[in-house]
Amino acid sequence: MTLSADAFAYVADLVRRRSAILLQPGKEYLVESRLLPLARSAGLSVEELVARLRTRPVESDVTAVVEALTTNETSWFRDSTPFSALARHVLPRLVAARGGVGRLRVWSAACSTGQEPFSIAMTLLDGLPPAMDAEIVATDLSAQVIERARAGRYTQLEVNRGMPAPMLVRHLTRAGAEWQVSDAVRAMVTFSVHNLLDAPPAGPFDVVFLRNVLIYFDLATKRDILRRVAQVLRPDGVLVLGAAETTLGVDDGWDRVSVERGSVYQRAARRATEPAGVVTAAAGLPQPWLPPAVTTAGATRGEAG
Amino acid sequence: MRALVIDDSRTMRRIVAGTLDKLGFETAEAEHGQAALDLLEGGLDVDLACIDWNMPVMDGLTFVTSVRANPAWRDITLMMVTTESEQSQIVRALAAGAHEYLIKPFTPDAIRDKLDLLGLAVEGQPA
Repeated sequence: MTLSADAFAYVADLVRRRSAILLQPGKEYLVESRLLPLARSAGLSVEELVARLRTRPVESDVTAVVEALTTNETSWFRDSTPFSALARHVLPRLVAARGGVGRLRVWSAACSTGQEPFSIAMTLLDGLPPAMDAEIVATDLSAQVIERARAGRYTQLEVNRGMPAPMLVRHLTRAGAEWQVSDAVRAMVTFSVHNLLDAPPAGPFDVVFLRNVLIYFDLATKRDILRRVAQVLRPDGVLVLGAAETTLGVDDGWDRVSVERGSVYQRAARRATEPAGVVTAAAGLPQPWLPPAVTTAGATRGEAG
Repeated sequence: MRALVIDDSRTMRRIVAGTLDKLGFETAEAEHGQAALDLLEGGLDVDLACIDWNMPVMDGLTFVTSVRANPAWRDITLMMVTTESEQSQIVRALAAGAHEYLIKPFTPDAIRDKLDLLGLAVEGQPA
């Protein structure tokens, strides 16, 4: 049975208002499959579930529907490149810039069930000098996944997804049929519910992971989100997007830097056209962060600024 | 890329080999560690071996130790694919020279993730 166009339009509008995520026509199957477990648990069809929501929009039901449609699959060290880039390029550079002391702060936005922030924590735990520590602020729209993430417990199937075996034995322990993330790793991560359309968590951050989430938003919303990220990212901080995502053509306030097989983004050097407030915020901007292999682009930009 | 799938269960060999095949690998199969060693000694050249732990004749851990003892095979990436899921077993396999460890049951995505970690993902292959 296919969801009626009317019911789909209602759900798409609801999800867009609550999360700004766009469900284009043609995604009826997604709505149908994601809402089926909810509908079944209420003894209804998906169509009936939507009809009930329209006549009696109880907040808990609305939240459940939005969460079911905005929660995404995730894995450990997803795509691997961002994490090796973090360990081998971004981290050494930030450690040197901070003189090897203090705390690095990372925002893992749209962190889903926690694999990304815990992967970041493990990478930092293995790579930071003794006089430094790190705090990872992990956020997601869904209260349900944040609750799961906080527990730090994963099934065997989940642990199989992308977790390097040496990391597994170092940072997790068997807990019955599941695996428990170590206290040392969990202590580095704080989880909270956050909507990317709202004001960002308190900065500043040295690194922001915002992966595979911009793709769900329209251009204006992407731009808004990137500007909010820029507000809380240190001038020499690094933004990590999903492999298929870019700031190019969305927000020209970023420079793309090639690292390993992928890219990271940095706030663009101060420009004369920017309003005074932004100039003040960027005052004392250090040399743009660059991986060892790249030298020319930074030099050119430094002179222009 | 070439892979050797070592498991005494024909069904399991077929599942692992089928997944690797979809990811662009050529595959060969062996039903225990000794048969796998015979293939390698006979000149079979592989990039990856997926190895069950509990098998007759020669178990997976012994196979890993044997491969690591021969410098000619040092470029072969070794991944345990087994139901053995105790932390101490994983530590033993890694200490013996296995690069990765995948616990059964697994999804095809999990094999792809592991290959990505090992730098063995074949470019241009669908997920």
